[in-house]
Amino acid sequence: MNEKVINNPLEDEAIYIFREVAGQFDKPVILFSGGKDSITLVRLAQKAFYPAKIPFPLLHIDTGHNFPETIAFRDQLVEELDLELHVHYVQDNIDAGNVQEESGKYASRNMLQTDSLLQAIEKHGFDACIGGARRDEEKARAKERVFSVRDDFGQWDEKNQRPEVFDMLNGRIDFGQNVRVFPISNWTELDVWSYIQKEKMEIPSIYFAHKRKVFERDGMIWSAHDEYVFREDDELVVEKIVRFRTVGDMSCTAAVESLAFDIDKVVEEIAASSISERGARIDDKRSEAAMEKRKQQGYF
Amino acid sequence: MVGNKNKVLKLSTAGSVDDGKSTLIGRILYDTHSLTDDKLEAIERSSKQKGYDYLDFSLATDGLVAEREQGITIDVAHIYFSTPNRSYIIADTPGHVEYTRNMVTGTSTSQVSIILIDARKGVIEQTKRHFFINNLLRTKEIVVAVNKMDLIDFNQEKYNAIVEDFQSLISGSDYQDQNITFIPVSALHGDNVVDKSENLAWFKGETMMEHLENIRLEDIQEEAKARFQVQTVIRPKTEEFHDFRGYAGKLKGGELKVGDDVTVLPSGRKSQIKSISFFDQQYLSASKGSSITITLMDDVNVSRGDLIVKSEELPKESKSIMAKICWMDNKPLEAASTYFLQHGVKLVKSKVKSINHKISTDTTGATEKVSQLNMNDLGLVEIQLAQPIHFDAYDENKGNGAFILVDTKSNTTAGVGFIL
Repeated sequence: MNEKVINNPLEDEAIYIFREVAGQFDKPVILFSGGKDSITLVRLAQKAFYPAKIPFPLLHIDTGHNFPETIAFRDQLVEELDLELHVHYVQDNIDAGNVQEESGKYASRNMLQTDSLLQAIEKHGFDACIGGARRDEEKARAKERVFSVRDDFGQWDEKNQRPEVFDMLNGRIDFGQNVRVFPISNWTELDVWSYIQKEKMEIPSIYFAHKRKVFERDGMIWSAHDEYVFREDDELVVEKIVRFRTVGDMSCTAAVESLAFDIDKVVEEIAASSISERGARIDDKRSEAAMEKRKQQGYF
Repeated sequence: MVGNKNKVLKLSTAGSVDDGKSTLIGRILYDTHSLTDDKLEAIERSSKQKGYDYLDFSLATDGLVAEREQGITIDVAHIYFSTPNRSYIIADTPGHVEYTRNMVTGTSTSQVSIILIDARKGVIEQTKRHFFINNLLRTKEIVVAVNKMDLIDFNQEKYNAIVEDFQSLISGSDYQDQNITFIPVSALHGDNVVDKSENLAWFKGETMMEHLENIRLEDIQEEAKARFQVQTVIRPKTEEFHDFRGYAGKLKGGELKVGDDVTVLPSGRKSQIKSISFFDQQYLSASKGSSITITLMDDVNVSRGDLIVKSEELPKESKSIMAKICWMDNKPLEAASTYFLQHGVKLVKSKVKSINHKISTDTTGATEKVSQLNMNDLGLVEIQLAQPIHFDAYDENKGNGAFILVDTKSNTTAGVGFIL
């Protein structure tokens, strides 16, 4: 028998949020990408409802451009925890002509995920979608609520958000609306990594240093996987020891050179890092540029 | 250094751009090496373009600046940084006169408030409002940062005069349990924010970051009785845990131990705590803030929203409450209107019986007879409930003494209340 429960404010808060979802909604779902943040979510959900199993299914919007290691990891986790998994394929939507594949050098399916997500929400009638987004990731996210209400079209009205006072979460919605829930809103990237370390959690192998065929473009390291990632003839493939800091699609996630072969080294590396994690996301680079432009217009 | 990540200190700041609030936050981020290279480069570039011979740190929180320039609704933003000692979360609430609502929101989730004063202007209306709201919410730890000391030549007499002015506010306040610390700083040049300043050699106290780093959580935690509100009932229905019936919640105040005599409210049924667990581990006790699961010795009926308390520490029970309310909705609060009252996780239908008066948010606490409360107004109201709730006065237990009012049509959070 242990003496006294040790407080971990971020963990206690996340568990509290998960339990509020169970208490306030009929059909919640955990958005699961196979990345470290969604793996952390699953761990927290496990803790929130133990010894019962997690009372929500997982939803994966599969772009078809995933790292195979992530998919293998996902399937193993689902089996271990006896969870229900829904997979919606972006490819299905492309085939049906609902969305159009991007073309060109920077083509990615990242933007196409939204349509598949909204379809999944409508099809299953999900009223709460639990995601692993964090406020420290990005400026607009810094203002998002823990319970973030979306209208019938999945839109976020940032100017008209419900105030969240103390720890009281108001999840009342009308039929057709849904709420996005962010239990790890207040965690930083380092908090997530430290937690993975402390909990000795399994994560996909691509987060650790490994040999990979890559090529360089715009000062970033891209995975040389010609089937999914467009590569110019003069962009030469080389082998490097790299790891990934975030796990998105192959077509929008850059690698970093690293010798961090285990979790302790990864945490050390993150703690000492002077570039934010979105520096390695090609999709974020896009929107960063757009945001910068707006900013310049405002300033000058 | 990573091992300390369990420690989090939540701060809130309020003030207008002119007070140098963005600059102060930017300075803290810079001097604690919390800014990434990409952001620093952007700050250097932009400062140069503007022709400054110093770095414009307000750009570190530029999301807010842009917002203000575009004139859209200003809101609470969250900023994160850490030192080797612990993590910090700043709830940054832009503080124009009309933003009482945002100040209340930001302050409600923080343990320490930083009140910013422009040394050239001294104590102004805005300062009084901010202090008043901190008193209303019973914030224990307050740092009064007298900023822009460089613009008054780091003059000690002028600083002392501001401190004296502020102290007269304290003597008029109805909450005397605060720790208030005054610190002269220049956020722009970094004097006394993180590093000690020669310009302020006459000041013998700690720098702002030194002070924040030395705040001990056990000193600012409220002393309150244990209140355990059930969020969800855990019934695994597996072979191994066939008869398991656990009550999951986050303990507000105090401590619970295995063997404690407890009462379940509203039923009033008595039992004893059989087990306390966190995930797959069993514990003998748990204290405030822990998200635990407990089981009881007897098979009593407990459901979401029920309150489990020690039998010798019963809370108040009533279908009628008096509360101070901060109104947050565009639609004004009027007498006889109905709302859902959310007390912790429990939802009860309620009716505003009367609006007794509106309270001025300066420190005079002056009252005024009104027929409605508008957004950002503060008032004293009497509320009638469809079922009784089990509460403490806000002064005695913040978690069990606060509530929100939810609009029954729009579903929005329309106001926050503090029970007397």
